[in-house]
Amino acid sequence: MLGFVIQRFLQALAVMTVMSIIVFCGVYAIGNPIDIVLPPEATQDIREEVIRRLGLDRPLFEQYFIFMKNLLQGDLGRSFVYNIPVLELIGGRLPATLELVLISVFSATALGVTLGIYAGYRPDSWISKTIMAVSVLGFSVPSFWVGLILILFFAVNLGWLPAGGRGDTVEIWGVAWSFPTLNGLSHIVLPAINLALFKLAMMIRLARAGTREIMLTDTIKFARAAGLSEGTIIRRHLLKLISIPIITVFGLELGSTLAFAVVTETIFSWPGVGKLIIDSIGVLDRPVMVAYLILVAFLFVTINFIIDLVFALIDPRVRQESAA
Amino acid sequence: MSTQSSGLRLFWAEFRDNKVALFALVVVILMIFLALFASLISPQNPYDLANLSLMDSRRPPGFVGSGGYTHVLGTDPQGRDLLSAIFYGLRISIQIGLAAGFVSLTIGTALGIAAAYLGGRVEALIMRLVDLQLSFPAILLALVIVALLGQGKVQLIGALVAAQYAYFARTAYGAAKAERGKDYIEAALATPLSGRLVVWRHLLPNCAPPLIVVATVQIANSISLEATLSFLGLGLPVTEPSLGMLISNGFPYMMSGRYWISVYPGVALIILIVAINIVGDQVRDQFNPRLRK
Repeated sequence: MLGFVIQRFLQALAVMTVMSIIVFCGVYAIGNPIDIVLPPEATQDIREEVIRRLGLDRPLFEQYFIFMKNLLQGDLGRSFVYNIPVLELIGGRLPATLELVLISVFSATALGVTLGIYAGYRPDSWISKTIMAVSVLGFSVPSFWVGLILILFFAVNLGWLPAGGRGDTVEIWGVAWSFPTLNGLSHIVLPAINLALFKLAMMIRLARAGTREIMLTDTIKFARAAGLSEGTIIRRHLLKLISIPIITVFGLELGSTLAFAVVTETIFSWPGVGKLIIDSIGVLDRPVMVAYLILVAFLFVTINFIIDLVFALIDPRVRQESAA
Repeated sequence: MSTQSSGLRLFWAEFRDNKVALFALVVVILMIFLALFASLISPQNPYDLANLSLMDSRRPPGFVGSGGYTHVLGTDPQGRDLLSAIFYGLRISIQIGLAAGFVSLTIGTALGIAAAYLGGRVEALIMRLVDLQLSFPAILLALVIVALLGQGKVQLIGALVAAQYAYFARTAYGAAKAERGKDYIEAALATPLSGRLVVWRHLLPNCAPPLIVVATVQIANSISLEATLSFLGLGLPVTEPSLGMLISNGFPYMMSGRYWISVYPGVALIILIVAINIVGDQVRDQFNPRLRK
């Protein structure tokens, strides 16, 4: 088992190194950031001074090594545009994204599992058919379009909810959050629905498929034969049995929802990390792009590493296969 | 040859039974038709600047423009007739979707079959890479690559391919791995036929059904992904707007109630994607032996 852990860890490390090289070279191959940092009327002297100060006159591999050295010390560089440490910039935006993502994923799971169990429990009722039709739409309609329609409907036509921004925030331990205030909460509703829709569709399908399968098993037959009420069967047995795949997917989806937040945040001008990266790509703020991409890669490599470990713990075949 | 065509006929007969899928297929064909003949049926050439007048910009549906004809769906911020722009946008969206779909299909299938056929180190390397990539969300991958490569059709297709080939590789690998172990492949390999011939003639055709299914779904996904990237301002240049770009152009005007600029191209996009998905679902069900009665 220890050998397996070390092997996977080295693999993860190798992936991170390769990713950092690709990201670094890729990001530094595009455009000339000097044009963004300096006004067009800057003199040649100032230009050279700035190039030197940003370290852009050195060869690419040297820049990479400096970057890696700083990275290992927890320094991801300074933003060209905001002139503050990138980590601080991203850290400042992270609560907004986390708030949005967590609210979306949790509500999508709670609602999706409930609807999915119903649709699996009574597959032929018209409500179930409606639920499934909606879930097909949730899968195939691009999420940015749903966002637009939500804005058009609830913000422009009905005027019930705000179309963008974070609204009033409350500071808790020095971090601003929107959800505790009524105004902030009203700002979260639309982006959260937008972000949740795809997850909702997926949770419905997962829960429905699981329910249909498990309702036919002997476990349920015996539970019924023992005289348990249908409600007890669903709560005690069904929910327990379908929860394993749902928890797995839940973990996986938490990461990808962070990525999807890029689209939602752009539509609703939600000042999170996703909006930051889109804006940074637009103005070629290289340190922010590199830092964001490396952090995301790190997040996914970590998630995969943990999943590998958990599977290896559960299933001895995985361990043997990789040892061979 | 005759068994093959009767197989196709059976397939078609079964497909025809599902009225929803049949309708979706008709819609897809109609959309392709509109895209192909966009220059003939559009009331206006939206790329010809001489044709456009800023006086006509952002007009509501039904407005009679300075050109003398009615803009059935209104006009966009550049004064383009929206209906014409949608036809041309469909063309670009479908083009990109098909191109990205087929290139991913080719690369992914080649990698997947190579991994399954060759085995050993090659298999481990390719599939580890593919699995790793599948754990990353496609949208993020495409976003990064477009950001790195810059704007343009080729770059965009490259980004979509890089984000999607892994799905094909996984599917081809799974199918080829299963076929590879069957006796008919062993028998073919035991004859003096070259390995390449066995792969082309026997292995590849038998892996086709799942790949066709993935291809339909991925073409729809490419179109949707392209629209998303264009909406984020990372897709194609504004001069030749795809559907996503049209939606993006109209977005700022939506707050002031000029809904049509974004909404109609979006409706076209949704109809296209949903129709392709329904056709894909039906094809998948027909290929799936477990669902056969």
